Amino acid sequence: MSGTSKALPARPPATLASRLATTNVLWIFVVLVALVLFFTAVQPNFANPLNIRSIAADNAALLVLAVGMTFVIVSAGIDLSIGSVLIFSGVVAAKVMLAVGGDPRDPSAGAADAGWGVIGLGILAGLLAGLAWGVINGLLVAKARVPPLIATLGTLGMALGASYLLTGGTDVRGIPRQLAGTLGFGLVLNSVPWLVVIAAGVAVVLGLVLAYTRFGRYTYAIGSNPEAARRVGIRVDRHLIKVYALMGLLSGLAGVMSLAHFSTTTISGHSADNLAAIAAVVLGGTSLFGGSGRVTGTVIGVLIPAVLQSGFVTIGVNPYWQNVAVGAVLVAAVYLDQVRRRARERA
Amino acid sequence: MTTPLLEARALVKTYGHVQALRGANFTAYAGEVVALIGDNGAGKSTLVSCLSGTSQADAGEVWFEGRQVRLDSPAHAQRLGIEVVYQDLALAADLDPAANLFLGRELMRPGVLGWFGVLDRRRMREEATAAFGELGIELPDAGTRVSSLSGGQRQSVAVARSVAWASKVIFMDEPTAALGVVQRERVLDVMRRVRDRGIAVVLISHNMPEVLAVADRVEVLRLGQRVARFDIAGVSLDDLVGAMTGALDVTDGAA
Repeated sequence: MSGTSKALPARPPATLASRLATTNVLWIFVVLVALVLFFTAVQPNFANPLNIRSIAADNAALLVLAVGMTFVIVSAGIDLSIGSVLIFSGVVAAKVMLAVGGDPRDPSAGAADAGWGVIGLGILAGLLAGLAWGVINGLLVAKARVPPLIATLGTLGMALGASYLLTGGTDVRGIPRQLAGTLGFGLVLNSVPWLVVIAAGVAVVLGLVLAYTRFGRYTYAIGSNPEAARRVGIRVDRHLIKVYALMGLLSGLAGVMSLAHFSTTTISGHSADNLAAIAAVVLGGTSLFGGSGRVTGTVIGVLIPAVLQSGFVTIGVNPYWQNVAVGAVLVAAVYLDQVRRRARERA
Repeated sequence: MTTPLLEARALVKTYGHVQALRGANFTAYAGEVVALIGDNGAGKSTLVSCLSGTSQADAGEVWFEGRQVRLDSPAHAQRLGIEVVYQDLALAADLDPAANLFLGRELMRPGVLGWFGVLDRRRMREEATAAFGELGIELPDAGTRVSSLSGGQRQSVAVARSVAWASKVIFMDEPTAALGVVQRERVLDVMRRVRDRGIAVVLISHNMPEVLAVADRVEVLRLGQRVARFDIAGVSLDDLVGAMTGALDVTDGAA
């Protein structure tokens, strides 16, 4: 048949290395290693464990968002609302902690002395708030057939507006000290920040889900050809709602992480989270057109801008160059993806 | 005469102002290749979508193995053993042939892992390889994406998928339209072999020589109605074309 008349061989299980090479993850990994080596060579202090720890902790919430965004983009969607949902979830979590754990005799102290019961309730509320926005996004995209770009642009505005309405535009303070001291900047085994442990856990679990489970396979199939998925009986609408709900839940988690990290709600600080997460996913080799991509790539895609930013500071270059560099690399990555696709269609 | 395997009785389907089916009948028996032919707009695709659960008729009945059924989804039709090879193939181009073969019917790992939804990729790949081999379909590598296969190879994957799952009826919508001579012969050969397993093969085609070569029976649609049925023995190209265009006036029941 068309020249290739070799019988179908039982394919040997692909090694990790060969799989990485075929998905371009290897190449961006090489770039990441080169960057780290370069900055360390110029300024040995860069590889100092404290610096590495702070890079990791500062980007933990972004990694959680980017892992969720990988699912969304693989399904050929996009979610612009994540920054606003993050803020909204943080606000809800904080408000619940204050309402349940605040000291009525000393309102200015907020819930600073509240215990784990109050903290747990607040975290749960924050996660549910994120999940709710995710379900709304999913319903808009899958059932109402509003294009994801517009649906999530709408919920971006709504979630942000709702956050300002709830807070009156001022950040909520008086977050339990126990939350900040553990999740916010506490260390596991005196070495790894809690934030990093949680983000890494999310990345590992969801990376396995995307690569090895039916949920992951349906995500690829829908991103690749939704009509084909529908025709073989996959419930495409329900699956898309789940994907956006997962993104919402992860935004809620990132909101709680950010709340703990900064001890306040930072309502004006997340307007570019969506761009950062999308950039990380695309840098990591996931196609914006859906159907292909890996969480491994996304992890590296989060680390490259993070290393650039920190590296520029360390070697004394204006750190705003990081934005310029990442923007350029992002455009190049999408351009190459386009070229590949066009070549494939011609074949 | 034996009971028909799949039968459409007086199906009506309207899209807006267009009446695609106006009381269309159709019959398929087990172990035959029946060609469904008709000019563009005769209602062939609509009839197939009503008989495969993709859409539902506004009026009329569908009978399967002697019982009336309501095919409310493709999944329902698939559970009955009815499969379709779509003209656009309906493959997920970013997945490999094995994943496409098992799409929507993935095999799970046994035990706890399967409970968590973990796929048994090795078993699916092995069974897919066997299924392709059984049809004499050759692929360079079961692990490459469908997007990197040639048109003929993609066609083979789509055909193999339907053949692997169809236990009763298989619709093939213009299955050879994009193929070269050798590949076309091979697909026709697959159709004959599937028929010999006792499956009803419904061929939708514009290619009359091909219809004459492979079909046992022909049913003709015109303007949303069945206008003729022929046994292949003794039928001529002129008969088929005449029935399709209306030049030859045959009533529904004629054989």
